[in-house]
Amino acid sequence: MGKQYKLIHCTVNGRAREVMVDVRASLTDLLRNDFRLTSVKKGCEVGECGACNVIIDGECFNSCIYLAVWADGKDILTLEGLEGPGGEISDIQQAFIDEAAVQCGFCTPGAIMSAVEILNEGRLLSDEEIRIRMSGHLCRCTGYENIFRAVKKTMLKRLEARQREQGTGNREQE
Amino acid sequence: MYAGQRVRRVDAFDKVTGRARYTDDLCDRGAYVARILHATVANGRVVSIDTSEAEKVPGVIRILTCFDLKEKHYFPTAGHPWSTDPSHQDVADRLILTDRVRFYGDDVAAVVAEDEVAAAQALKLIRVEYEAYPFVLDVQKAMADGAPQLHEKYPNNILKHTQIRLGDYEKAIREPGLTKVEGWYETPVVQHCHIENFICYAEAEGDRIKVVTSTQIPHIVRRVVGQALGIDWGRVRVIKPYVGGGFGNKQDILYEPLCAWLSLQVGGHLVKLDVPREETFVCNRTRHSIRNHIVSWVRPDGTYAARKLESFSDQGAYASHGHSICAKGAGAFPQLYPCDNVEVDAYTVFTNKPVAGAMRGYGIPQAMWAVECHTEDVCASIGADPVAFRRKNLMPVGYVDGFSKNEMYFDSFNQCLDKAMAAIDYEGKYREYQNQTGDVRRGIGVAVFWYNTAVWPISLESSSCRMVLNQDGSFQVQLAETEIGQGADTAFAQMAADVVGVPLEKVHVVSCQDTDVTPFGTSAYASRQTYIAGFSIRQTGLLLKERILDYAHKLTRMPVFNLDIVDGNIVRTTDGRVLMSLAALAEEALYSLTDSRHIAAESTYQIKSNAYSFGCTIAEVEVDIPLCKVKLLNIVNCHDAGKLINPALAEAQVHGGMSMGIGFGMSEKLMFDEKTGRPLNNNLLDYKLPTMLDHPRLVAEFVENPEPTSAFGTKGLGEPPACSPAPAIRNAILHATGVGVKTAPANPHNLFRAFTEAGLIHDERQVPPCTT
Repeated sequence: MGKQYKLIHCTVNGRAREVMVDVRASLTDLLRNDFRLTSVKKGCEVGECGACNVIIDGECFNSCIYLAVWADGKDILTLEGLEGPGGEISDIQQAFIDEAAVQCGFCTPGAIMSAVEILNEGRLLSDEEIRIRMSGHLCRCTGYENIFRAVKKTMLKRLEARQREQGTGNREQE
Repeated sequence: MYAGQRVRRVDAFDKVTGRARYTDDLCDRGAYVARILHATVANGRVVSIDTSEAEKVPGVIRILTCFDLKEKHYFPTAGHPWSTDPSHQDVADRLILTDRVRFYGDDVAAVVAEDEVAAAQALKLIRVEYEAYPFVLDVQKAMADGAPQLHEKYPNNILKHTQIRLGDYEKAIREPGLTKVEGWYETPVVQHCHIENFICYAEAEGDRIKVVTSTQIPHIVRRVVGQALGIDWGRVRVIKPYVGGGFGNKQDILYEPLCAWLSLQVGGHLVKLDVPREETFVCNRTRHSIRNHIVSWVRPDGTYAARKLESFSDQGAYASHGHSICAKGAGAFPQLYPCDNVEVDAYTVFTNKPVAGAMRGYGIPQAMWAVECHTEDVCASIGADPVAFRRKNLMPVGYVDGFSKNEMYFDSFNQCLDKAMAAIDYEGKYREYQNQTGDVRRGIGVAVFWYNTAVWPISLESSSCRMVLNQDGSFQVQLAETEIGQGADTAFAQMAADVVGVPLEKVHVVSCQDTDVTPFGTSAYASRQTYIAGFSIRQTGLLLKERILDYAHKLTRMPVFNLDIVDGNIVRTTDGRVLMSLAALAEEALYSLTDSRHIAAESTYQIKSNAYSFGCTIAEVEVDIPLCKVKLLNIVNCHDAGKLINPALAEAQVHGGMSMGIGFGMSEKLMFDEKTGRPLNNNLLDYKLPTMLDHPRLVAEFVENPEPTSAFGTKGLGEPPACSPAPAIRNAILHATGVGVKTAPANPHNLFRAFTEAGLIHDERQVPPCTT
């Protein structure tokens, strides 16, 4: 089983990238080793824990079981990509801080990326739906309670803001 | 005052942006990669190892086997303070690699390669010839005469047996009119499952060895790496970056000695050892499975005449924390429900299973499973109300333990029960769920716990702190107490800001610890850190303040007794006037051409006190009897952990402990093949860790009685939340169905057996045997 390399082109956190990848490498390996995007964490490397989740063309994936070569032509977003040019953080990152949803911090980047996927859909999810959508993340510190609160509060805030913008008065109830 | 405020975590921003660096994030990419070859027999001896094919794999640097270990330095692994008294030292039974295999997964060889792929390929090509011995996986079988012996020095595999005797049990049970209630209660092997696996890297620095590791106990790692390599402890430097959870697994020396040794075998080159999840489950530490036998003799008035506990703790293959864990659980027994006549026998026993060590609760989750399941069984036997019975028999106000001198200062149990019951509407639901019929039934159950903060007087308790003033009036705080996710650094910053009198943002807690620089201490375990560090923070903060005010006196000519530091300013207390800012003072002190000083303070506080932490869980469940499935509907924990330094982080920590308790009670169990001793579910798919979907809303309540012995009125909270959820859930199932499982977890497998035995469900097929 010798080494084989392939040149791929992709966009990572808004930047066009051209890189030779070992065909056996995972996207986790590529992001961590080649681009030093170390928010992408390794907790199991077989798609069980969710610590390595990143967004690929708008959809959240376990990057540890996504081959690096598959990233050719894709648009990839990691936690680092949520930060603005001046270090501004996104509403969901702020919510994780405000709701004390962060403890050891190791599952945090992946959990935030799943939350981003959910929030970007721009619709109201029931509590049960949020729990289902976030259940691909294992966390041993938080009991998920404050992560749930952070996701739900951000979802409601965004929906309220959108309604205000649209000038519609009918508040969605939860 | 910052203590008591819900301030944001000092490390939250870095953790939500990915800036927080963990061990793997810091390791240079030029590192060699090490992997371990684990034994595939449960008991035996390595006869020979053939590495010739593996050596041919391109990228392999070196393969080292147990036979390459020329100097055998046996070392202990428990994250305990060292004892200068040899009789109190931990058992030194580990080697860096071993030819005497004692469990399926023991470490017999290691590969050092240029990358992960080469290392993994080489592992597969190493051929090991074993002489397999008979093995034993069950504690009772291991204690039997003629059982396979794991360690020569421990006949019948008993690592230790301790006793407690109060009053006269045999005489007391002859009192007329007593009801005897007896049961066996067992907990499974479970694992910590911190999301960051254990990882470390090592390289030589001059004639020293540096180890960067994901640990809870950097100074203890330094000592044990020195012991394992047979070198002076000062030649070892240990660095702890951010840690992705520990829960007690990383309160053990795991593979730091092996990694350091491997580096030295390849010329001091940087070597990284990143342990895969499957190996973390089996080759790190687990929580002891404990089988408890309780006999209670109850008077007609609902009080205890006599009680007996026999506790059998499955140590696995090596001593690690040894008997301390079983002994802590057994020690709780006569204290939680005091009784005049008590017999306790606690045994810790070697078996050919993975090594059990510390895990959140340190024997108390197992003990509370037994004691609180049994309490409910007693209530069922004599027809007592579960809450009233507990209130009548629990440790009363004013109770003092003669050994630890711990005292029950407040009516904590009743207060916690009251608050938890109100939060979940216990009374109403308890009545509503009585006498149900049908396939789907609901129930509500309660369990309490006892937990000792810190380890005095069993072991050393001390904390050292250093504070160093900067030019801008801010200062660094260094402590050996370790941030591993709990929020320790934030609590330390809050306490330090209050003592010195500065805004919180002027306190910089140094999170990354380095044994060359960090003051000495024993770090993260026993729910000790906020309690213990509080003493040295207060003492050192006062010392720093004294030095600052001494310099302020020189600059302002005001007497020190009329000066104070308030909100980062030097204030004259007589009229409240701000004389100068601390920043101006600090700048002058450093750069003064007449009296230059680097103002800093460092001190050690040895703590000779300890504190009880108390609380309870109430759980509400819905049981589908034919499916043997339990849905947790509501759960509340209420704690008296003294004054909370940060209520938001305390609440968050309780959520995490409850979650771990829910897994322990409902789903988690590491299983082993009876025929080979091989682990069966050592991965996060087959090992049932709870997900967000498995939890209802977690409710954390507090009673804040100020702990009188504490520097800040606070006491342990890290482990307590994990102690009582499992028995509360079990007792709720009992309330719903009339069936009390004796073996955790209350998963469908165990419930099927229990419901079948109770006649709730009928199945013509034979009940499957319970797996070990």
